Amino acid sequence: MSTTPPSTKPEYKTEWDRPSLIEDPRLRKGLTFAAIAYLIWSMGSLDIDWGRVSEGLPRAGNIFSRMFPPDFDRWELLSKGIIESLEMAFAATFVGVIIAIPLGLCAAKNLVPRPVYLIARSIIVLTRTLHEVIIAIFFVKIFGFGPLAGVLTLIVASISFIGKMLAEDVENMSPGQVEAIKATGASFPKMLIYGVAPQILPRYLGVSIYRLDANIRHSTVVGIVGAGGIGQTLSATFSRYDYDFSLAILLSIIAIVFVGEFFSSWARGKLR
Amino acid sequence: MLEIKSLSKVYATGTAALTDVTLTIDKPQVVAIIGPSGAGKSTLIRCINRLVEPTSGSVILNGENLTTMKSGALRKARRKIGMIFQEYNLVERLTVMENILSGRLGYVSFMQAFLRNFPGPDVAAAFKLLDRVGLEGYQDTRADSLSGGQRQRVGIARALIQNPKLLLVDEPTASLDPKTARQVMRILVELADEEQTPTLLNIHDVPLAKAFASRVIGMQDGRIVFDGAPDELTEEVLTSIYGEEDWSTEVGENDK
Repeated sequence: MSTTPPSTKPEYKTEWDRPSLIEDPRLRKGLTFAAIAYLIWSMGSLDIDWGRVSEGLPRAGNIFSRMFPPDFDRWELLSKGIIESLEMAFAATFVGVIIAIPLGLCAAKNLVPRPVYLIARSIIVLTRTLHEVIIAIFFVKIFGFGPLAGVLTLIVASISFIGKMLAEDVENMSPGQVEAIKATGASFPKMLIYGVAPQILPRYLGVSIYRLDANIRHSTVVGIVGAGGIGQTLSATFSRYDYDFSLAILLSIIAIVFVGEFFSSWARGKLR
Repeated sequence: MLEIKSLSKVYATGTAALTDVTLTIDKPQVVAIIGPSGAGKSTLIRCINRLVEPTSGSVILNGENLTTMKSGALRKARRKIGMIFQEYNLVERLTVMENILSGRLGYVSFMQAFLRNFPGPDVAAAFKLLDRVGLEGYQDTRADSLSGGQRQRVGIARALIQNPKLLLVDEPTASLDPKTARQVMRILVELADEEQTPTLLNIHDVPLAKAFASRVIGMQDGRIVFDGAPDELTEEVLTSIYGEEDWSTEVGENDK
């Protein structure tokens, strides 16, 4: 048997190119040229002051040398901060996970009337626009320094994050299963627990665990603007040039974030 | 029993899916609706229990006008209408038992439903139906690990545990192989006959319709163009429903 392909009639083309994303070749080449020109221009406009870089490098060396060895002597202060951060993360996740359910359901286009959807969506968009640190600054101004401001910040961030994920999941669920439950004469709440919940529950739990992990990381950041936790302690050591204690705190933060990340991916793997 | 009076449906896109459909079912029988894709078969069935809102006309089931009902009354009416779907539409992550018992959702309280605490007679009825559709012992299996034929049997059990006064069946065999399709149709028709439930059945497969239905309705372009006994479905009638085609291969009995 010969392995040559069957002979094709000469009137068919033997070449085929994948259609380009941009049909017009002049526009396509023009855009490529513009992109390259922009890249070159932006490099030029960065205006890096090499003098300051060369001054900074020895200073960095000085800071790092003063960081060693890390000072774990004040472990009481350290563990108090860490525990406060963890408490903030757990409390915020717990509250956030619960409040996110009604918000997420209200933000699903296929489930609620349009006005409800628009209101819920704008709450999510608004809270997601503002970074945690900005929200934390607000809460510190209102409630003063300390963990209360931090917990509230993390609650707001958790609600909008989980709520958004939940809403997207509900919008992507299979409508057939919901239709079948509706056809039995089930009311809206029963439809939620039989038609909607089974479809979104595994991912909702996964997102909640991920959020706990994220809250542990963020709880260390919001402290820097005074919202409690280990971040507040860290920020104080930097302003007192207490670099060896700073390193001890940083190592501890890395350790708990690492453990949190490990736990989070282990638990989410179990859910599938 | 079921009276459909000049029912019409125009979708928001402007498509007229149903135009002036009038139809009466006055005895417990299996009525097959045949017709090409897009003829409005699915829309007709969904307009009856108002999963799709009809634009005009009325649907009267045992003296109750379904088209004018408010949502509470509609839910009560839906409890009496069983529905079986082409893609089975089982809740994938729930067990077979939960799927069957979901047919009783209209009758239990929210907490009973939430805690899966269904009344004894409901659970007994579910076990009986499980046995009846040939899935004994499958109660704890998750729906997503069943085969197509098994899923559709669960779908049948879910519809029948409602003790329906009307069964709506939308292309029950379109996703099944020919043998399984026949088994599913047989179970469905037997059960409908036992319970004396009038059944409205959309089906693509003309030989299956002729084999299992006692009355056939032909639809084309949103209108009823044929209404008669299965053996009145001649080549001329099929051509009037589907358009010109060589029907000698389609109506052959050789694929039984």
